[in-house]
Amino acid sequence: MTQASVEQIWQWLDAVPDPEIPVISLVDLGIIRDVAWDDETLIVTVTPTYSGCPATSVINLDIETALRDHGIDNLQLKRQLSPAWTTDWLSERGRARLEEYGIAPPQPAGGPDRCPHCGSKNVTRVSQFGSTPCKAHWRCQDCLEPFDYFKCI
Amino acid sequence: MTRQDALFQFLLRMGDNTLILGHRISEWCGIAPVLEEDIALANTALDFIGQTQFWLGYAGEVEGKDQDADRLAFHRDAWDFRNVLLCEMPNGDFGQTIMRQFLFDAWHSIFLGRLLKSSDPRVAEIAEKASKEVAYHLERSAGTVVALGDGTEESHARMQAALDYLYPYVGEMFLSDEVDQQMAEAGIAPDPATLREEYDALVARVMAEATLNIPENRYAHKGGRDGYMHTEHLGHLLCEMQWLQRAYPDAKW
Ligand SMILES: [Zn+2]
Repeated sequence: MTQASVEQIWQWLDAVPDPEIPVISLVDLGIIRDVAWDDETLIVTVTPTYSGCPATSVINLDIETALRDHGIDNLQLKRQLSPAWTTDWLSERGRARLEEYGIAPPQPAGGPDRCPHCGSKNVTRVSQFGSTPCKAHWRCQDCLEPFDYFKCI
Repeated sequence: MTRQDALFQFLLRMGDNTLILGHRISEWCGIAPVLEEDIALANTALDFIGQTQFWLGYAGEVEGKDQDADRLAFHRDAWDFRNVLLCEMPNGDFGQTIMRQFLFDAWHSIFLGRLLKSSDPRVAEIAEKASKEVAYHLERSAGTVVALGDGTEESHARMQAALDYLYPYVGEMFLSDEVDQQMAEAGIAPDPATLREEYDALVARVMAEATLNIPENRYAHKGGRDGYMHTEHLGHLLCEMQWLQRAYPDAKW
């Protein structure tokens, strides 16, 4: 059997959704750091978003399931802590999809630049934390809707 | 004490601090004063438990006795824990929880900042990951200390009482012993005593803004980080945290 190319595997991984924010893929999230063949074994290097993110084990399981479905049996998942994950690694497509989904994408200024629902710049922070470790809780002062903001780290 | 023993003790100190404080804050889950604070505390606890897995996981490897992070967390007795006493102090009211958090976060962020340059690459990479999360913890706990300290008469009085109660537990974070000397000599971690000045400046700045008075007495309760004598609170905490693994060893979720 011929080995699937690394490019092909990246494409397969790009079809695996983030378990908590299913509109973006694991590749969009920027947590897949490397895909490489070591002889007969495929090594996928993954970095956690947050140390205690409960989605981490689900993510590993999803990667394994997806790749096994594509016929890859010799698979090793490697955890890499450094360089630490940063929201700079979110893809442009991922950022756009977050906003469409109602989650304001991360901004270097430390807060959302506009409401993901109505586009208003008149937004205030409700809490530094939100529904998952990667999000904070904000509210729009114009349309009055609450929304999640993807924290910039 | 061999270098390996010292490294093991150092890693237990790091991991036990985050494990015990992480468990303490998780005790608020579902009963915090408002939903946003409940979620914030639970998320902070989650970061700590995650960091614990890295520290204790590495500790187990260094010890070389086939103990993983879970085994170290759930099967040791109180006298084998190496967290500073501050981390095991009871939650008290919300103000006391936030004050304890700030006093720890301030030390944690400074200490992790130094560990970024550790000569041990595993220590450096855990610190790199953790320090990003801890910068966020510190921003929040400092902001909340200021909001409550410089808040109502009631919240101010509670925050001052919390500071008076917890301040004697600050000094232990800056003690050094043979473990620290070995870590400093190997370039693995700084001697904690050298960080006190930076810590004091940070705490003084936040307390001034919070209109709170730092106690002058520098007396320090100690005995946690070397395991000489924990407070009576740790046993009760472990009893709750460990009971399932003790009653049903190696039970899987
Ligand atoms: Zn809006």
